[in-house]
Amino acid sequence: MTSGFHERHEDMTSTTLDFHRAISSLMEELEAVDWYQQRVDATEDEALKAILAHNRDEEIEHAAMVLEWLRRNNGKFDEQLRKFLFTSGPIVGTEGGHDDEEAAAGGDGSLGIGDLK
Amino acid sequence: MNHLHRGLAPISAEAWAEIENEAKDMLSTALAGRKLVDVDGPLGWHASSVSLGRAKASSAKLAKGAAVRVREVRPVVEIRVPFEVSREELDAICRGAAAPDLAAVSEAARTAALAEDAFIFHGLADIASPGLVKDAEDRVMMGKDFDYRVYPDMVVEALAKLRLKGIEGPYAVALGPQCYEGVTSTTHAGGYPVLDHLRSFVDGPLIWAPALDGSLVVSLRGGDFKLTLGSDLAIGYLDHDVDKVRLYIQESVAFEVFEPAAAVPLFYGSK
Repeated sequence: MTSGFHERHEDMTSTTLDFHRAISSLMEELEAVDWYQQRVDATEDEALKAILAHNRDEEIEHAAMVLEWLRRNNGKFDEQLRKFLFTSGPIVGTEGGHDDEEAAAGGDGSLGIGDLK
Repeated sequence: MNHLHRGLAPISAEAWAEIENEAKDMLSTALAGRKLVDVDGPLGWHASSVSLGRAKASSAKLAKGAAVRVREVRPVVEIRVPFEVSREELDAICRGAAAPDLAAVSEAARTAALAEDAFIFHGLADIASPGLVKDAEDRVMMGKDFDYRVYPDMVVEALAKLRLKGIEGPYAVALGPQCYEGVTSTTHAGGYPVLDHLRSFVDGPLIWAPALDGSLVVSLRGGDFKLTLGSDLAIGYLDHDVDKVRLYIQESVAFEVFEPAAAVPLFYGSK
């Protein structure tokens, strides 16, 4: 069982519980990436350095897989990841500044017409 | 703030909402192409081209023994329609005016829809961008002095051309303004409306398409035509003075035709 619940188990939906499991896993994978990276820097043994770097990259793969699950199962993750990932412009510019400023300007400007078929 | 610079405009959130609703109402009615083709994206304003997955051999000699191939891409096209809104009307919206005059927004949205549809139907010669009508393999000629009572027969002929090539439905019919008026105002000898006759055997929608001259029968099965959105239709800010705020409707798009035979245009004119 994962720790970190702030509400009673029986008060939460299965969707929220799975969401919590995925977020906990993502946090663990990213923490492992951080730890491995620090050890890569610290060790002077080249063979160990290579193993630790390999393991770090495996954890990045695991994190990416969990993140994709979150995107597929949560509309807001999907919206925000589509907005920011694989872009090349200024990240803050993409976000549109502070929420208040964006709200005052009536959103990001898209009319959201999309597919009409 | 993004490339639309909306944060610089002297427009309240309520007024932006009114402007956007006005534009959306017109666009959802006037856009015809998007009701017929697959839509992909939006990829973002930074997207400049769509990969065609092909490469052309180049005669360039970079080094002895080295072959050069150039990747083929479809450029993304920017469509922009500027317009002006009265600041007095924008202020009226803030005071709660029920029916602000936003005709300029509506007109700009109509123009943007016409431009996008012309791009989808007729292509863009500058960049050899294809079009549903321009690249169609088959066509049906409706005759010069056309009698709309035989229009259903023309559509049947177009459907037969699609089926003969193994192109499955459902099928939609996009009607240009003249054709739409003719079809909706004509009845058969017994009083049966031509429009109802069409609906009895066309399994997809009948769509008003102001950018068409004549009409178009299109398969909606998918995979034949694709409109790629860089940035979907959006409203941006140019500048303002004491009386007016200058805005624009803008989008960036690319269009691809994978199966030209999946659309059959019906033209006015002799066989």
